[in-house]
Amino acid sequence: MSEEESPAQRVAIGISFGNSYSSIAYTSGEGKAEVIANEEGDRQIPSILSYVSGEEFQGTQAKAQLVRNAKNTVAYFRDFLGQDFKSIDPTPCHHSAHPIQHESTVAFKIKDKEDDTENTVTVSEITTRHLRKLKNSASDYLGKNVNAAVITVPTNFSDAQKDALSKAAKDAGIEVLQFINEPVAAVLAYDARPEAKLADKNIVVADLGGTRSDVAVIASRGGMYSILATAHDYDVGGAQLDEVLMDYFAKEFLKKWKNGGDPRVDDRASAKLKLESEAVKKALSIGSSANFSVESLSKGFDFTCSINRMRYETISSKVFATFVRLVLNVVEKAQLDPLDISEIILAGGTAHTPRIASSLASAFPESTTVLAPSTSATAINPSELAARGAAIQASLIQEFETEDIDQSTHPMVTVTPHLARAIGVLCISSDESTGVFRHLVEAETPVPVRRTAIIATPREGGDVLVKICEGTRVIKVTKPEPKANGKAADDSDDDEDSDESDEEEELREKTYKVENVLAEAALKGLSKGAKVELQINVAADLSCTFFAREVGGKVAVRGGWKAPGKA
Amino acid sequence: MTTFQIGLPLPVLSADWSAPTESKTLTAATDRNIEPVGPHFLAHARRKRHKRTFSEDDRIQAQTNVKKVEDEDAGEISEPEDPLMLSRDAKDWKGQDHYAVLGLSKYRFKATEDQIKRAHRKKVLKHHPDKKAAAGGTEDDSFFKCIQKATEILSDPVKRRQFDSCDENADVEPPSKKETQKGNFYKLWGKVFEAEGRFSRNQPVPKLGNDKSTKPDVEHFYNFWYNFDSWRSFEYQDEDVPDDNENRDQKRHVERKNQNARRKKKTEDTARLRKLVDDALALDERIKKFRQAEHAQKNKKRLEKEAAAKREAEEAAKAKEEEAKLKAEQEVAEKAAKADGKKAKEAAKNAAKKNKRVVRGATKEANYFHSGGAATAAQIDSALNDTDLIITKIDNEELAALTAKLNGKKDPTEIKQIFLDEVKGLVSAGKLKEGEAKSLA
Repeated sequence: MSEEESPAQRVAIGISFGNSYSSIAYTSGEGKAEVIANEEGDRQIPSILSYVSGEEFQGTQAKAQLVRNAKNTVAYFRDFLGQDFKSIDPTPCHHSAHPIQHESTVAFKIKDKEDDTENTVTVSEITTRHLRKLKNSASDYLGKNVNAAVITVPTNFSDAQKDALSKAAKDAGIEVLQFINEPVAAVLAYDARPEAKLADKNIVVADLGGTRSDVAVIASRGGMYSILATAHDYDVGGAQLDEVLMDYFAKEFLKKWKNGGDPRVDDRASAKLKLESEAVKKALSIGSSANFSVESLSKGFDFTCSINRMRYETISSKVFATFVRLVLNVVEKAQLDPLDISEIILAGGTAHTPRIASSLASAFPESTTVLAPSTSATAINPSELAARGAAIQASLIQEFETEDIDQSTHPMVTVTPHLARAIGVLCISSDESTGVFRHLVEAETPVPVRRTAIIATPREGGDVLVKICEGTRVIKVTKPEPKANGKAADDSDDDEDSDESDEEEELREKTYKVENVLAEAALKGLSKGAKVELQINVAADLSCTFFAREVGGKVAVRGGWKAPGKA
Repeated sequence: MTTFQIGLPLPVLSADWSAPTESKTLTAATDRNIEPVGPHFLAHARRKRHKRTFSEDDRIQAQTNVKKVEDEDAGEISEPEDPLMLSRDAKDWKGQDHYAVLGLSKYRFKATEDQIKRAHRKKVLKHHPDKKAAAGGTEDDSFFKCIQKATEILSDPVKRRQFDSCDENADVEPPSKKETQKGNFYKLWGKVFEAEGRFSRNQPVPKLGNDKSTKPDVEHFYNFWYNFDSWRSFEYQDEDVPDDNENRDQKRHVERKNQNARRKKKTEDTARLRKLVDDALALDERIKKFRQAEHAQKNKKRLEKEAAAKREAEEAAKAKEEEAKLKAEQEVAEKAAKADGKKAKEAAKNAAKKNKRVVRGATKEANYFHSGGAATAAQIDSALNDTDLIITKIDNEELAALTAKLNGKKDPTEIKQIFLDEVKGLVSAGKLKEGEAKSLA
């Protein structure tokens, strides 16, 4: 087989390679992304490899080895790839093989061969083995040899990390067609649904994983995505929720068995506790109560205990609040208001927790849709979002030559000017203070851009003015009168920074303030009930042409303005 | 991009409105990275890389799409019709080449269902009896029936397979030995195997390859053909079973005959294929090449082993020789050393004897340490005893020194003095007691 597959022979899948879990997906003939279950029937495959006398285990089987064979089980290694030992955080590996320094990279000392000697296996080799397993699962499922993939990575994955991952994938026989950012993959997975409508919107993607959480604000404009702000928190994740449950159950255990010994102290007991706590957490995302049951948890004492969702939510409310704060902070970092966010996509395994979705929904205005299994019936399984997005991207680009892909993802193509302000028309009145601004092009839209709108006209027809302006978004805060018989409050000024405590009583609205009139045009002699079609074309150099005409009529007008600095 | 709907009405144009004269510009934009993901990005990348505007891109995309449709329509079933075929009798459908009837003879078993459907439609449009009648032709619809029969067979997967099994026009005759010797083995046999491969239940069928194919590839190829799993069957060549209910025995007889014929043909076909593969294998240069390479490999190993053994033996012999040499040298050296030692000892002994004689002589010379006149016998005796005593007390070197001192001395007092000095030296060294040498006191 040649090194680089020609596009015709490529069988490409999407891989979401996470610290805790990985998933693989492909796009079926009908263009639908499907997540592939591995031989054990898991769609979320734990990113864990375990070795028992030379035999390699992956996924759920390997995870079970964390109790008995922790020293030869490698877990949570994704973030170590392409990093030097100084810059890695080995905390998640406490219950598995510990990372060690090896030359300039990170490695693990494990007994991965039949003989009883400890071998130093680099993290890149571990990744290769993991990816090879994933590849084999996908090949078995598809009946074709998978040889290419689109892999999702966090937005802060450095080039060195990408290079290392790319090399590891190549060693596993996978040509990496493209690395795409996890939040963007999630958005793509939602946008690729046939029923999805293409709209201009700001989306928050909260990827709540096992060991870390990443939040990104993405401007989606006509199917093009620009990341406005990101945040990464390595201390907030599913592991924190597990820990809360571990503490709870450990205390319950000690209450029941006075001389049982703290299960959090003993290595094996704490591994058992952790595994079962994670299972309980997952069960609580679905049902309203769950059973914790471990045989011989500590000092030979069995332990069974049940917990309901209410209690779980109470004891882990602090962690939930951290999630919400994290999301709100990113929105602020993007210099946006919660009102600007039209969608929150919850991704990652932890996003199954109903309470996180409902907390977010209550922290954001009602206009914001939270796409999570517990708040939206049409939501896609959050654990599968990244893999699906990657699979869709893989199906889009798998026919391209590698060179073509490289050229298309080059900064020459991807760096694009984004509009600083929205462009729209004034409705109702031609006066800038009383007219209502309706946007055609949102702020942060990459240019060139073309937008068309159908606008109503006065009922009696006649002559109308098309006034194209630039507008900025302001948050209008209306304070309701304390007295019931008071008249409705007037517009107060754009005080975005109003007190947090008053927020609940205030009515916040998103409006636009006209900043700059760009062009005016007149359409004369419109018939009754006519509609005006307005098309705006902004070129890459910010020069613009617009075209207004009566729908089904003969009246039309054309105009434009030049690029800044070229007047 | 979908079109916006804005429900609010546009403002009414005021009477005193005039077009603005000054031109405004947009606020400066911020540069951001757009994510290279999704279908709309690909469109954006296409536009940006080819420097197209929206409308240009739309037009070019549309054009390419249109072209594709046209291409699909054309390039099909436009084979000239053989006049002989047109006058075929529809009753003799078993003998007819259904693919040729539909104009698909260059596709044959590769023709897709869609192609068959389209070819049928095209032929129907051309040969429909009503059309012929309208054109004032005869009412002859025999070819139309041929077309219908061909479609019936080719669009039914089971019947099509039966026909394909016996479609001799798709067969490629294996080339003769002479032909292959001209150096186009791969070209000629490749076609044969490609044609035979259509009967394989296991797809894809491995290719014959060329003279650069690797050994595993070639082995896989021949293994595949020796374990060929064929779906070929010969129902199509069955004798017609009489469908009248009159003679059941006759019917059964024909059926049995057909069964046997099928089985026989199948066996024959398997044997034929086997022989075909045998022939190809015998002519395949690569097999010889691999065998030679293997021999060379084996010989190389053997030769290497032999060479290694020889070298080892040589080295061992050499080492042994050297060792023996070294030993001999050592022995010689030892012997020489021993002889030398003996000689030296003897010499020393002789020297000592001589020295002793000199010393004794000196005693005599010194008149036995007697001053004046001849010495008495007792004196001589004691002097000689003392001299002997001194000689026994001193070692060879000292003896030599003493001899050196005494040599050539004639004066008795001088000699005596030397002896006295010697005794003094011996006494001080504690070898002799004071007054032991009485004659020299």
